[in-house]
Amino acid sequence: MQPLLYNACLDTFFMVWWATVWAVIGGLPLGVLLVLTERGGQLRNAAVNKVISVVVNIGRSLPFIILMIALIPFTRFVIGTSIGPSAAVVPLAIGAIPFFARLVETAVREVDGGLVEAVQSMGGSTWTIVFKVLLPQAMPSLVAGLTNTVITVISYSAMAGALGAGGLGSVAITYGQQRFDTRFMIVTVVLIIVIVTAVQLIGDLAVRALSRRTSRADTPRGLLRLPRPRKASEQIQRDNAHLL
Amino acid sequence: MITTTGLTKVYRSGDREVTALDGVDLHVREGEVYGVLGQSGAGKSTLIRCLNLLERPTSGTVTVAGTDLTALAGRGERAGAALRAARSHIGMVFQHFNLLSSRTVQDNVELPLEILKVDRRERSRKALELLDLVGLADKAKAYPAQLSGGQKQRVGIARALAGDPKVLLSDEATSALDPETTRSILQLLRDLNQQLGLTIVLITHEMDVVKTICDSAALMKGGRVVESGTVAGLLATPGSELARELFPVGGEPSGDGRTVVDVTFHGSAATRPVISELSRTYNVDISILGAAMDTVGGKQIGRMRIELPGPFEENVVPIGFLREQGLQVDVADAADTTDAPAGATAPAPTLRKDAAK
Repeated sequence: MQPLLYNACLDTFFMVWWATVWAVIGGLPLGVLLVLTERGGQLRNAAVNKVISVVVNIGRSLPFIILMIALIPFTRFVIGTSIGPSAAVVPLAIGAIPFFARLVETAVREVDGGLVEAVQSMGGSTWTIVFKVLLPQAMPSLVAGLTNTVITVISYSAMAGALGAGGLGSVAITYGQQRFDTRFMIVTVVLIIVIVTAVQLIGDLAVRALSRRTSRADTPRGLLRLPRPRKASEQIQRDNAHLL
Repeated sequence: MITTTGLTKVYRSGDREVTALDGVDLHVREGEVYGVLGQSGAGKSTLIRCLNLLERPTSGTVTVAGTDLTALAGRGERAGAALRAARSHIGMVFQHFNLLSSRTVQDNVELPLEILKVDRRERSRKALELLDLVGLADKAKAYPAQLSGGQKQRVGIARALAGDPKVLLSDEATSALDPETTRSILQLLRDLNQQLGLTIVLITHEMDVVKTICDSAALMKGGRVVESGTVAGLLATPGSELARELFPVGGEPSGDGRTVVDVTFHGSAATRPVISELSRTYNVDISILGAAMDTVGGKQIGRMRIELPGPFEENVVPIGFLREQGLQVDVADAADTTDAPAGATAPAPTLRKDAAK
């Protein structure tokens, strides 16, 4: 049982990793373009905006399992087969790109327009605006969005197991369901919960570390925020405030 | 240094049109601090954004330091390389500072230099020099969130100076600050103006700002410049709206049949006991209804509203005496009628929005 689960975990990691890499490569520029090409954006272009938006919406609206089946011919064309972890990366990436693109769009749109104006007033180009303002300023939200994307890809990858992708999803279906071995079902479920929790935790820590400098000045340096010990004089003053 | 001719900006949203600027001719001389005053919606924000073409004017031209920016802009919406190069020599500071929270103070000041492709060592040297100039040398490694409003604006000013601009545009730079901090920022701007010979255009709705540092000023209403000129000149202009707003002297006459006179002192007249002389020479009782004294551009200037007994006809001689002393005298009742033509040149802003449709 152990080597089987170990290999299944590796397969899941393999699929999630590569699908996430493609989600970033594809989703980040799409999300940024969605903001840049909209009305009042740096590269305002209604036609391009509309096309990207429609493509992203189609990708977002298809249930993943349907998307995966629909993509089988394409996957076979790209990878040479539609079975196994490598083949599953194709539909996973195509499902994750529009998902991440929308999250990028929201994150980038929240960047204060005044900052863009400031950089324009310095003579900054669109390129400068994207790489020196939009992306760095949106970084905490982008990381939070990436965390969400990874978790979604994990759940997609388990679904992909039903169509022969391998990984923890396959183990749960072949051993847990089809062989009625409840132990496998329990273990895979627990493993997936642990992985998702770990991803969320790492993501949250990263977001907190990134946004620390943008928050108030008196935030302590550690990740845990402990109340600052108050000076005795302050305490006395506070306690006696009603007497003054 | 900065000249605009017939600057017009019309915003279209759907089938509605709003005229934000309506033929603005502005002339800012080299090395002066020029204040544009006006209430919100008067078009001053649009005007300052047109000066570095953050807003494309619908028509008209903008010339800064001999370069016609409107010609550089081309027809497209995007700023071409030539316009961007010109912009990097026009500094701009903002009401809400617009500092990047993800960068340290020093990195914020270095940003314009990165855009100008200055090498790392030179960037760092220049940024620290500028931070020293604005009095924040010790905050280089801090993040903007750790600074007070006044400190943030100093960083904003240091950043605006990084490209060695000849012109600094200030968009309500002190409006988000308390009075004490406002004073210190204005002092800094004044120092920069004198030390670096920087031409500064600032827009504001605060009279105090104009009073404190401006050499010249313009008053905007409904997208038009209603009055403009040197502050000293405006104060000497009878019926000037700016002068009245800069030195409001209140006070209602105590009864009928009395003459209310607004007297403006400047230069040497401000230091002479004119009122006392008037009282003794003509044996009239003068009551002071309101008065304001201030120093504008190093010169003492005062306005006073006084009341003389009896109607205007009986007071022609004492008023003549005041005029002889080199004072600017406006008789309040008469002022109402002399004001009207000056005010009437600006059409009512509320009407225009409908008319443009």
